[in-house]
Amino acid sequence: MLRRFRLEEPGSVAEVSELLGRFGESAKVYAGGTELLLAMKEGLVRYERLINIKGLSELGEVSIDNGTIRIGALCTHRQLETSSALQQKLPSLVKLEQNVANVRVRQAGTIGGNLCFAEPHADPGTLLVALGARMIAEKSSTKREIAAEDFFVDAYETSLEADDVLTEIRIPTPGVDSRSAYLKFGYLERPSVGVAVALTVNAGGVSNTKIAVGCAGPAPRRVAEAEALIDGKSTQEATRNLSAAGAIAGRAAQAISDLHGSQEYKEHIVGVLLRRAFQSLVS
Amino acid sequence: MSKAMSRQHDAQFIPVAFNLNGRSQEIEVEPHELLLDVVRDRLGLTGAKRSCDVQVCGACTVLVDGRPVSACTTLAFEVRGRSVLTIEGLAENGKLHPLQEAFIEHGGFQCGFCTPGMILAAKALLDEIPNPTIEELKHFMHGNLCRCTGYKKIIESIMAAAKKMSSKA
Repeated sequence: MLRRFRLEEPGSVAEVSELLGRFGESAKVYAGGTELLLAMKEGLVRYERLINIKGLSELGEVSIDNGTIRIGALCTHRQLETSSALQQKLPSLVKLEQNVANVRVRQAGTIGGNLCFAEPHADPGTLLVALGARMIAEKSSTKREIAAEDFFVDAYETSLEADDVLTEIRIPTPGVDSRSAYLKFGYLERPSVGVAVALTVNAGGVSNTKIAVGCAGPAPRRVAEAEALIDGKSTQEATRNLSAAGAIAGRAAQAISDLHGSQEYKEHIVGVLLRRAFQSLVS
Repeated sequence: MSKAMSRQHDAQFIPVAFNLNGRSQEIEVEPHELLLDVVRDRLGLTGAKRSCDVQVCGACTVLVDGRPVSACTTLAFEVRGRSVLTIEGLAENGKLHPLQEAFIEHGGFQCGFCTPGMILAAKALLDEIPNPTIEELKHFMHGNLCRCTGYKKIIESIMAAAKKMSSKA
């Protein structure tokens, strides 16, 4: 059962921001509803108003220009898993999206909603951190960029301000030698551990390495200390450092013991996934 | 009654014109009404079932514009201008859909609770991939749970329907 709420259907991002500013904590942006409606049904959150942004069709497109992949916040998981542009330029994101929850969730859920809800056991944030994505947050008259690694503050908490609207995710288009992978593991409905690796491999070895971990702890985290053991090394040397990098990444995940497994278990799995992800990229 | 209270009871109604099982339907819904409650309780179509209520089990699956959604977590106003297909609308002119026939023929159900969702999800699958591999089928259908553990027969039913439907096409 859902409690009664009022529905607002603004026609522009500026109006959405204005409504959020006016109604504060009593209102929430509604898009796919796959996370929000569950929390509302459970009575975990209560809102007097939902602001339906699905009418803002300009936020529902994927485009690539000037070396940047732009993903509108309203793009559904389904749209991303079937995007031919993404299949060509960013197959790791397509693969991730193909394996989000189930076909019904992918049909309704949006990438923007997924990121804004910041449920710890979500996939996209971790890969976006490794890809160096930037989130575009808009208010009535201003617009700013938030680096993905600064976007996730804590479980269910982002760095968006009360009247910020996430409108777009921008990802630098990977170069020809650049590759990325996201691996996850779990036996419950949501993943228990997620690891993303992005890097460039060529004759000179491994460069532009970015490693992120998620799901195990409160929020996706970039692990610069683990990157340093891989980056600038030959693939052989980087491979020798994988165990050490995995241990560092495991600790950086801030894993907690819960139904998904113990802290130690999750830290171990982070290392396993990091090794597999790296090997899949350099082989 | 306080102002806040009276405001809460000042219900908002949204006109929703949509196509339900091939017929146009016009209703008014409040924003919080769920599609599952509307089709079951207001429109009397009880094929879609409430079970997990959190988009995991698939018992409430209906097709909106041909794509599977969880009616338990879909706000009813969302179907404005769209086509909704429930299991009640799948048979045409009294003739069962090939998927329905295949489920009967291959014993694709025991208790039947998951069956409407299974069949509708399978329809969406075959509309998208007419001849799926077993792996494609499992990937697409993994969000539809059967607690009678009839998965093997469900898979056989869907594969049989796929074969029959593509041989006709």
